[in-house]
Amino acid sequence: MGRKLLLEHIDVPGIETFEVYRQKGGYRSVEKALKSMSPDEVVEEVKKSGLRGRGGAGFPTGMKWSFLAKPEGVPRYLLCNADESEPGTFKDRYLMQYLPHLLIEGMIVSSFALGTNLSYIYIRGEYLFVLEILEKAIAEAYANGFLGKNILGTGYDLDLRVSPGGGAYICGEETALIESLEGKRGNPRIKPPFPAVKGLWGCPTVVNNVESLATVVPIINMGADEYVKIGTEQSRGTKLISACGNLERPGVYEIDLGLSVEEFIYGDDWCRGIKNGKQLKALVPGGSSVPILPTHLITKTANGDTRFMSYESLSDGGFASGSMLGSGGFIAFDEDQCIVRNTWNFTRFYAHESCGQCSPCREGTAWMEKVLWRIENGEGTMEDIALLEDINKKIEGNTICPLGDAAAWPVASAIRHFREEFEWHIKHPQEAMSRNYGLLKGATV
Amino acid sequence: MKVEIVNKERPVLSEKAKAEIQTVIGYYPEGKSKSAILRVLHIVEEEAGGWLSPDTMDMVAEILNITAIEVYEVATFYTMFNLHPVGKYVFEVCHTGPCMLVGSDNIIKYIEDKLNIKVGGTTSDGMFTLKTAECLGACGYGPMLQCGKFYHEHLTPEKVDELIEACRRDEVKIY
Repeated sequence: MGRKLLLEHIDVPGIETFEVYRQKGGYRSVEKALKSMSPDEVVEEVKKSGLRGRGGAGFPTGMKWSFLAKPEGVPRYLLCNADESEPGTFKDRYLMQYLPHLLIEGMIVSSFALGTNLSYIYIRGEYLFVLEILEKAIAEAYANGFLGKNILGTGYDLDLRVSPGGGAYICGEETALIESLEGKRGNPRIKPPFPAVKGLWGCPTVVNNVESLATVVPIINMGADEYVKIGTEQSRGTKLISACGNLERPGVYEIDLGLSVEEFIYGDDWCRGIKNGKQLKALVPGGSSVPILPTHLITKTANGDTRFMSYESLSDGGFASGSMLGSGGFIAFDEDQCIVRNTWNFTRFYAHESCGQCSPCREGTAWMEKVLWRIENGEGTMEDIALLEDINKKIEGNTICPLGDAAAWPVASAIRHFREEFEWHIKHPQEAMSRNYGLLKGATV
Repeated sequence: MKVEIVNKERPVLSEKAKAEIQTVIGYYPEGKSKSAILRVLHIVEEEAGGWLSPDTMDMVAEILNITAIEVYEVATFYTMFNLHPVGKYVFEVCHTGPCMLVGSDNIIKYIEDKLNIKVGGTTSDGMFTLKTAECLGACGYGPMLQCGKFYHEHLTPEKVDELIEACRRDEVKIY
């Protein structure tokens, strides 16, 4: 079992309460940062740690923080992105549900570093039961002097509040999140201006993922010099991976970045292989948006090197033969799974979640879903494959926000690596139908 | 800001709900009460029997001191809000990729047959509505469904039977 920086105390009974969390050393990083460091020193420490955003894009957190504009007399805001909605990703919920104080602690230190006096956790609406857990923990933090006025007598004031969404994947995009927090539809904004300059209510704003903010706690506690010893040069520290699909032991794991993919899938400490003794057919390593990998590119790169769980190794080979670490939503497909059906399923997701603002995404995702559905149901033609590729190219890069790209990549990679399976569906319509899980056309799926 | 509710064809809010609405409006700076809209819609929907009628949305507009269209455009954008009456228990079965890989299609079909309704339908006794949902963030614990605020994971036909029976006995917590 690997080292645990975030999940160390997850199994301690009562760890969701302030009392137990504090007994286990909780809130030490707040004491250290507020009493012995300046805000800029905290920012520098996070920069030095090499922490990269854990929501999916992997942008360096410290650098994002250093972009925050600080005009005199204008409030600034820190928003925690807890809109976790990327299919395959459920690590943030796990962290918030069982270790609510860890996120709160990380947010206090981060808010101090950025000089914000009001911060929000924007949580997806479906997690209302987690919102209640967080608010209970926040009330405890207020009662114990870690939130509110003059925290620990240092003169620093911070209010922390939770704000729910209402069921919209797009609100995980930071400018859509800001729109939503302003009480509007979640339509992403055109950038620039970037949120660091003009974000919530027109003020400078930083948006960070739940896990990124929680990771600030061990970074401050152990110091960046120690933190950088974990992981690889381009992927420092530990990362939560939410493993799902046809695995023997799915769940949330904290790994040292740089663990081999093979060890993670088959190791006794981790997923223990594919369920029911089946073979692994394909893998989506970083949430539904990232390219799917076929069998021969999962544990090895195209060059035959070992593939590791890190930003650089998972993307080795680019989109031709690699994928991305993304959000850590690790989806395994066994030998019986139909790639066409899954590609259709993911595309339906994006068609459903498109905000409708940009035509290429609004029209293109719905169109791709229709074409994929007819291929899956034995009504496709060979031209449909080229049509999908064509629509794909017209969505990618042509939208305000990355949802368009996120919708395009799974389709492009599935065709790239599993073209034969698409062709098989088209050439064998009857068999394609019978493989269709017994569901007939028109079934309400 | 003081909450004053004029009662037309509108739900009568409980004192608890009114107090909660006041509290959550206070979570945002002065003049930014529109930001509370999603939270208020969740509270009001719960009070109004699980759905938002135009009258209910008008009430929310008055509470937040914004125009009715601002509420409609939000309520119609976010898929969690029901704009038509629903059953007492709304089963929202996740049908996105990771849940499909572990059999969500079969669970949906099982519930359809068991309750004799299709996705989107409500049983004639008004007890159950079946819906599908996109990824609910429980991918490692599928198949799963959300009923009210809570998740029911690792579903099998037997577990679905138990859940339905428990609902009929009024033993399932929704909020």
